[in-house]
Amino acid sequence: MSLGGGWYLGLAAVVFSIGALGLLVRRNVLVMFMCVELMLNAANLTFVTFARMLNDIGGQALVFFTLVVAAAEVVVGLGIVVAIFRRRRTSTADDLHIMRG
Amino acid sequence: MLQATYLMPLLPLAGFVVLAAAGRRLGDPWAGWLGTATVGGSFVVACIVFAGLLGRTGGDRSFTQSLFTWIPVGGLQVKAAFLVDPLSMTMALFVTGVSALIHLYSIGYMKGDPDYPKFFVYLNLFVASMLILVLGDNLLLTFVGWEGVGVCSYWLVSFWFGRDSAASAGKKAFLYNRLADVGFLVAIFLVFSKTGTLDYSGIFSHLSAIGGGTGTAVCLLLFVAAAGKSAQLPLFPWLADAMEGPTPVSALIHAATMVTAGVYLMCRISPVLSHSHTAQLVVASIGAATAFIAATIGCAQQDIKKVLAYSTVSQLGYMFLAVGVGSYEAAIFLMVAHAFFKALLFLGAGSVIHSLDGEQDLKMMGNLRRYLRLTTVTFGLGWLAIAGIPPLSGFWAKGDVLDNAFARYKPLWAIGLVTAALTAYYMTRLVVLAFAGDDRWRALLGSRPGHDGDGPDHGPAHGAARGLPAPGHGIDGTPHESPPVMVFPLVVLAVLAFFGGALNLPWHSSFDPLAWLRPVFGTALFDAHQSSGMLWTLGIVDSVVAVVGLGAAFAVWRRRTEVPRLEPAFLQRAWYLDDVFDTLIGRPGQAFATFCATVVDAKVIDGAVNGVGRLSRVAAGGLRRVQTGFVRQYALGIVLGLVALLAWMVSRASS
Repeated sequence: MSLGGGWYLGLAAVVFSIGALGLLVRRNVLVMFMCVELMLNAANLTFVTFARMLNDIGGQALVFFTLVVAAAEVVVGLGIVVAIFRRRRTSTADDLHIMRG
Repeated sequence: MLQATYLMPLLPLAGFVVLAAAGRRLGDPWAGWLGTATVGGSFVVACIVFAGLLGRTGGDRSFTQSLFTWIPVGGLQVKAAFLVDPLSMTMALFVTGVSALIHLYSIGYMKGDPDYPKFFVYLNLFVASMLILVLGDNLLLTFVGWEGVGVCSYWLVSFWFGRDSAASAGKKAFLYNRLADVGFLVAIFLVFSKTGTLDYSGIFSHLSAIGGGTGTAVCLLLFVAAAGKSAQLPLFPWLADAMEGPTPVSALIHAATMVTAGVYLMCRISPVLSHSHTAQLVVASIGAATAFIAATIGCAQQDIKKVLAYSTVSQLGYMFLAVGVGSYEAAIFLMVAHAFFKALLFLGAGSVIHSLDGEQDLKMMGNLRRYLRLTTVTFGLGWLAIAGIPPLSGFWAKGDVLDNAFARYKPLWAIGLVTAALTAYYMTRLVVLAFAGDDRWRALLGSRPGHDGDGPDHGPAHGAARGLPAPGHGIDGTPHESPPVMVFPLVVLAVLAFFGGALNLPWHSSFDPLAWLRPVFGTALFDAHQSSGMLWTLGIVDSVVAVVGLGAAFAVWRRRTEVPRLEPAFLQRAWYLDDVFDTLIGRPGQAFATFCATVVDAKVIDGAVNGVGRLSRVAAGGLRRVQTGFVRQYALGIVLGLVALLAWMVSRASS
């Protein structure tokens, strides 16, 4: 049994929406990070799906780049979060608004 | 021998470079001797080239030395080339000769000045520029020299720039000249647009292209430039102020050489000028009017150098009268003779000023003939020459001008004759006040402790160090004669002023040196060809007029020093010309500048600049509230933007 490409795209849309909504409503930086990851992976899923549907290997290749960049981003992001936590004893995004205009 | 031409300007130019680089190290007096040597060398070269030119036959005496193509731009091909012909050679000879003498004189006169080497730097550059002006083969090269002498004049007038009057006199000279130079530039453009060439031979072979109105325009525009440089109406006030410069400068630049550049320029373009009777009449009228007005002003001046300055303006007026009449030969004759006797008079005045510790007021002199014997004798010869007493050079030169004016424009001749009487009058007044009468200078005795005095010819902050009279000179005792380096040029110039008339005696004998100029002017030359009876009559009239002027001055000034009726404020203040310019141009200009400073600058320009600043501050003040510091708000912004973008794309795709 094989599912049509539409299902995959639908799943990706749902996952992306969950990620976006989570990013908007959650205050905890770590959770917000996970939401960003959800959105990234939803995008990756779309790429792979379209690669299969359109018979174009380019989409799958691009996913590798996305994964690498995402990994690097996570490293930097988590590093920042840890550094902030050490200083401020908090990981709530709303408390960090010293760059406010 | 003609190939040595380029050395003429090159030697003083090399002197300028060396002095500018190492003048301080050479110091006093070696910098002066070096400057004198280069100019003297230039004079020797001029003599050699002159001999080479004489070796050719009459009509063939024209030689162009092309050095390189200076400006090759499309149709405009300007060469750096020197033109040697009888006209430029005459100029070059007396420019280098008189310059060499005045350099020599300056060695003594400038002794002790803290800027001694700098003086010779400027002086050498001046001679180089003057020679480029004279020898230039095209209008543009002449213009280079023209501007060169202008800037040297500016530097030298304001040589003692620590003094306000000297600084502003320099600026005044420069501005008047710049104003006039616009005429020169426009004339160059006009000539090029009509003929496509700028060198003189090219212009003269295209005379038909610049005939009629264009020719008149070119001549009048060049005359504007000449009127600035040669101090003619209405641009002459700067020359009187230029007397703020050291006396050798007044003698060299503002009497003998630079101010005659305008006359030279008009002679140079004589083929064009002779085709325009309008331009000729304008030049002659302005010349005669300037001669008369300047002579009247000279009658009422107190400063010995100012009298000589207005006298120079007056004599230049005579030269332009001659140019306008078309007797270029007479103009050059008077120019050469004037260079001799006026340089002599200025240097003599310098000697007087030197002996009196910088005093320039005629009313503070008197009886100097007892103390300055050589100066008195030489100055006396210059006085008789300029007054037009036969058989000195001035009589012949001025007579030549007046004879030709008589034949062509009788009213202008009449003005010239009255001016001749005035000339004799004011010069005699000067001589009587300075060299006869009582020892009025005794009032100066002891009035100046040390040499810190504030005399008119004194330097600025340097005080004693300026040292116009070298330490030990001055008025502590009696005035005494200047050192030999200063007296020697006086003697040479006195001899030249006496015998200069032999250059061109009215009867056409076998000895007529200035006749060699004739091929240059050709048909442009106006020659009166008076009968010998007429020549005798005019000559006697000239002499009588001169003697009358002389006698009148003797009668009035022999026993008196103050005759207010003969020195009205109107004349003392130079026909209020400065005041007129001040009212017509100075005040409105000042008002306009004030308006610009207080309204345009403060309101418009500052307003625009500050407005831009204020606008960005206000905008930033509003925009900064967007930066709340809450990450989720930024994220919301991104999401909303994304949604909007998607909505737009979808709507576009569906429609």
